[in-house]
Amino acid sequence: MNWDWEKLKEQQGKSSKPPSMDDVIEKLKSVKAPFGRPLFFLVILLVLIFGSSVFYTVGVDEVGVVQQFGEFQRISQPGLNFKLPAGIEKVTKVKVKRIYKEEFGERGARDDYRTRYASGNEDLNVTLMLTGDLNVAIVPWIVQYKIKDPYNYLFKVRRVQRILVDMAESSMRLVVGDRGINEVISKREEIALAAMDVLQAELNKAEAGIKIVTIEMKKTNVPGPVQSSFNEVNQAIQEKEKMIYQAKEDYNKAIPAARGTAERTIKDSEGYALDRVNRAKGDAARFISVYKEYVKAEDITKRRLYLETFRDLFPKLGQKYIVDSELDSFLPLLNLGTQEGITK
Amino acid sequence: MNYKGFIIIAAAIALLIAYASAYTVDETEQVIVTQFGKIVGEPVIEPGLHFKVPFIQTANYFPNNLLEWDGDPGQIPTLEKTYIWVDTFARWKIVDPVKFFQTVNNVFSGMGRLDDIIDPATRNMITSHKLIETVRTSNRVIDSMEAIYEDDPDKKDDADALIIETGRSKIVAGILKQAKPKLAKFGIELVDVQIKRINYVEAVRQSVYGRMVAERKQKAEKYRSEGTGEAQKILGSKERDLKQITSEAYKEAQKIKGRGDAEATKIFAEAYSRDSDFYTFTKTLEIYNTALDKNSSLVLSTDSDFLKYLKGYSK
Repeated sequence: MNWDWEKLKEQQGKSSKPPSMDDVIEKLKSVKAPFGRPLFFLVILLVLIFGSSVFYTVGVDEVGVVQQFGEFQRISQPGLNFKLPAGIEKVTKVKVKRIYKEEFGERGARDDYRTRYASGNEDLNVTLMLTGDLNVAIVPWIVQYKIKDPYNYLFKVRRVQRILVDMAESSMRLVVGDRGINEVISKREEIALAAMDVLQAELNKAEAGIKIVTIEMKKTNVPGPVQSSFNEVNQAIQEKEKMIYQAKEDYNKAIPAARGTAERTIKDSEGYALDRVNRAKGDAARFISVYKEYVKAEDITKRRLYLETFRDLFPKLGQKYIVDSELDSFLPLLNLGTQEGITK
Repeated sequence: MNYKGFIIIAAAIALLIAYASAYTVDETEQVIVTQFGKIVGEPVIEPGLHFKVPFIQTANYFPNNLLEWDGDPGQIPTLEKTYIWVDTFARWKIVDPVKFFQTVNNVFSGMGRLDDIIDPATRNMITSHKLIETVRTSNRVIDSMEAIYEDDPDKKDDADALIIETGRSKIVAGILKQAKPKLAKFGIELVDVQIKRINYVEAVRQSVYGRMVAERKQKAEKYRSEGTGEAQKILGSKERDLKQITSEAYKEAQKIKGRGDAEATKIFAEAYSRDSDFYTFTKTLEIYNTALDKNSSLVLSTDSDFLKYLKGYSK
């Protein structure tokens, strides 16, 4: 179809702006009229096709990359733009503002087109990774990226997306390969950042024109058969803590109470001591008072005290035997039985 | 009419010739012009519009940008004879289109050459290294097992087993080094080779799972027994503290009581030493009063002071 643009180019050669449609039709009419109507319509049709390829719109989230005979010319900004017609200039629109997403794992269906040999093969599952301590982890993640440099993006690498996917996998495995299984499970943020650095560096090296916006780790885990034993460890940690808390509970139940009891024992003893001292003081004071009077009349006081004691004591006693002082032995009279009523 | 028709045909032929002699080169392409299969002139690398002799010369297009190569995943034994799946990919460029055209002809068969050269290189490197060397890139300390392992004598060995000498980046560099010169003669520059995936083969994976389970189980047991131990420790210190508290209280109480007793003793001594006879007398009477009761029997002679008057008041 190239012969037609040469003709058109001659017609619009004077101005870089495309000629108005009417002018073109007018000219064509005058030139081609003699050949009859079918040919005329054919020409009109061709003009329309080329005319419409002269302008194009670039959306707000994209830029147009214009190539003339395959050679890069310019980047056009959003809005209505003009170019030379199809065959001379070609525009490729690149969405530079859009954030693209590549998912690895969970939706494994996309896996297949990546490897030349479509593998439902579990051995090459995209998320299955070897960790630095030679364990196996399941690591699903998402890469979000955008096109930073449309020129590099379009021209420097064939199948950019493919390289991105391959590099993303190898970067992630590189990072995971240097970490232990526990880190892979617990330090996802750190891994995402490290993988992002590696990946971005590789893409810069390849001049892919891509900027990684973020790498987001989904839930990392251990493979199915191992999961229950991992949970068991968590459970054991809980059990351990529980046992410790129970022991602490026991301790706390007993110790403060014992402190209280101890305090009480001491207070009790203090009471005892006070009691002893006060009683002693009382007894002593009483003795001294009595003694002072006794000194004044020793004999009579003694007698009085003696008799008073007997007065109080005598009625309380059980068996009382009175023996004459002349008697040599009182045994014959004494009934040693203790039964009531016999002696009285 | 005939004359005009001739003009149209002539113009059409002229256009056809012009079309056949012009060709465009894209930013991503390079072209070799051949004449009956023989290369004519230098390869065309500049993008844009170019011309050639129509019909007898042909433009052969080759990509000019970075190309990918995706390896065929294969099972390879490592140095310690563990079978692993290795999936590699590489990036390459056609740097010498003339050589490439002469030796390989097109990108598709180029891929075949890459297969032939990179796969054996990969195999060589993997089989001559331990598994850990292909997994790790640095000797970054793996914070792998919690502090629980610190007192474990096995830990040292485990950690040593994870120390690498080469590492993945050097292995892939080695693959690149082996493969690159062999590809240069095809006009191909191998930019890099990367290991995309490495995995245990099914059988090995199952035993690795077994190992992981066992490792976890023993760790769980360790936590449990740690819990028991810790609890016993606390219960022990409970007993100790209890004993300490009660005995200290007892000690203190006895001291205080002793002081009280001593004080009382002193007071009594001071008071009663004024007349020990009188004290003995009054105290004894007091004791009679409390010590004797209705269960006591008393035998008294009429000689006693109390009863002597029973026999008469004169003496």
